[in-house]
Amino acid sequence: MLSMKNVQAYYGNIHALRDINVEIERGEIITLIGANGAGKTTTLMAISGIVPPRGGSINFLGQPIHALRPDRIVSLGISQVPEGRHIFPHLSVAENLDMGAFLRKDKGQVKEDLEYIFDLFPILAERRAQDGGTLSGGEQQMLAISRALMARPTLLLLDEPSLGLAPLVIKHIFKIIKKINQEHNTTVFLVEQNANLALHTADRGYVMENGRITLEGVADELLADDRVKQAYLGL
Amino acid sequence: MEYFLELFFSGLTRGSIYALIALGYTMVYGIIGLINFAHGEIYMIGAFTALIVASVLTVLGFNQLAILLCAGFAAVVYSSAYGYTVEKIAYKPLRNAPRLSPLISAIGMSIFLQNYVLLAQTSDFMPFPALIPEFEFMEPYAHIVGSSELVIFLVTTLVMVLLTLLIKFSSIGKAMRATAQDKKMAMLLGIDVNKIISITFVIGSALAAIGGLLIASHIGQINFYIGFIAGIKAFTAAVLGGIGSIPGAVLGSFILGWTESFATGYISSDYEDVFAFSILVLILIFKPAGLLGRDKTKKV
Repeated sequence: MLSMKNVQAYYGNIHALRDINVEIERGEIITLIGANGAGKTTTLMAISGIVPPRGGSINFLGQPIHALRPDRIVSLGISQVPEGRHIFPHLSVAENLDMGAFLRKDKGQVKEDLEYIFDLFPILAERRAQDGGTLSGGEQQMLAISRALMARPTLLLLDEPSLGLAPLVIKHIFKIIKKINQEHNTTVFLVEQNANLALHTADRGYVMENGRITLEGVADELLADDRVKQAYLGL
Repeated sequence: MEYFLELFFSGLTRGSIYALIALGYTMVYGIIGLINFAHGEIYMIGAFTALIVASVLTVLGFNQLAILLCAGFAAVVYSSAYGYTVEKIAYKPLRNAPRLSPLISAIGMSIFLQNYVLLAQTSDFMPFPALIPEFEFMEPYAHIVGSSELVIFLVTTLVMVLLTLLIKFSSIGKAMRATAQDKKMAMLLGIDVNKIISITFVIGSALAAIGGLLIASHIGQINFYIGFIAGIKAFTAAVLGGIGSIPGAVLGSFILGWTESFATGYISSDYEDVFAFSILVLILIFKPAGLLGRDKTKKV
C-alpha cells in the first residue's frame, strides 16, 4: 500500500533520513520505534509532504507521492496526527472536527462519521462547543485522532499518541486505535517511543537509529530480540 | 447638541472607512504575521479605478446608480487583483525568511505603487464625482448627517456582518482561522495554505477598495498619496484594537474616528493626529496587546 524506497531527507543541512525503506500492507498496524532524534517524526513528515524527500521514492497505492503538495497527499487518503496533537486552540471541538473533513464533499457521510466519532469518544460530544485549547491532554489526543479520522483516511499516521498522557488514558486510546484498524480496515503507521506498548499493538515493526532503519520484523520477534530488549524495553 | 451629533456622525464615517482598511491589515497579520504596508496603496488604487470607470461611464451617459455599482465592482475586482499579485510577488517568496525581510518588501511595494500611480496620474488632486446620491428624506437632517455619511455607515455595517458570517460559519472562514492558528497542522488536514493566504489578501483588498470608493465620493478629490495617510491611520486603529483581532480592528477604528472628529471639532484641527496617536500610546502602555488582542503566551 505504502512503500518508501531509499528515502533521503534533510532538515537544513542535517541529513535526517538515510536510505529509508518501509513497506506497509493494507490493514496492518506497523510501528516505528527508536530514541529521540532518530528521525521517526521526519519519516512521517516526509510521507505527508511537509519535509519533501530529496532522494528516493514514496509510492502510495502504486502512485508516486513524494513530489505532491501536502493537501494532495491528504486527498489521496493519508492523514497524520502529529506529535503534540496540534489542536487549533481557538476553534471549537466541532470546528476542529470540521477541519478534518475539509476536503470532503459528501456532507451526509460526514454527518454519519461525526456520529461515529461521538460514539467512540462521548466526551467530545459533550464538549463540542468548547474551544479546543481548553481540553485536557487526553481529550486533545482523542480530538486529534478523531479529526484525522474525519478525512476517512485509508492510512493513518500516528506520531507519539501516548506522549504525556496518564496510563489509563493511553490504554483507552490504544484500544480505540485497534478498534479503528479492525472495524474500518484502516492501515495504521504508529511512531512511538514507548516500544513495549507499540510492539504489543503492532503486527510488524521497524527500529530506527540515527536516521537509518537498523532492524525490522514481526512485532513478537522484535519483542524477543535481545538488541531491542536492551535498547528499548529496559530489560 | 446638534454640533455634538454632527461630530459624532462625522467620527462614525471616518471610523467606518478606517475599519474597512484596518480589517485588511488585521486579517493579513492574523494569518501570516506580516504588517502589509502596501495595503493603503490598494485602497488608493481602488479609488482611482472607481474614478476612471465613473468618468468613462459618465461620458457615455449612464445613470448614477449604474455608475456607482459598476465603479464599485471594477474597484473591487481591480484592487483584489493587485492585492493577490502583491502577495505572490513580494511576500510569498519570503514566507520562510526572517520576519524583517517581508516587512521591508512591504514598504518597498508601498513606495513602488505610490510612485507608479504618481507617474500615471500626476501628483495633482483630481476631482472625484459624488457617486452617492443625495436622498430627499435626509434633507431635514443634512446639517447633522449627510446622505453619503449614512451610506458609508450602512455599507460598512453590511460588509462587516457578511465578513463575520463568512469567517464564523463558512468552510473557507474556518480554514482561515485554522491556518492563522497553526499552519503546519492546516496543511496536514489537506488545507491548501497558499490558497487560503491568497483568499485573505483578496478579501482584505476588496474591503479596502470599497472604502476607497466611498471616501473618495464623500470627500470629492483623490491623489496618489491618500493611501499612505489612510493606511497609517487604519494601521493605528488595528493596533489599538489588537492586531490580528477582527472585532478589535472595528472597535479601534471607531474609537480613532471619534477621537479625531471630537478633537477637531472641540479643540483644533491641528491636533487631530496628536490625539489619535496619543490614544494609541496610552493603550499600548496599559494594554500592550491592544483592546481585544490576545496576549501571546508562549507554551513551554
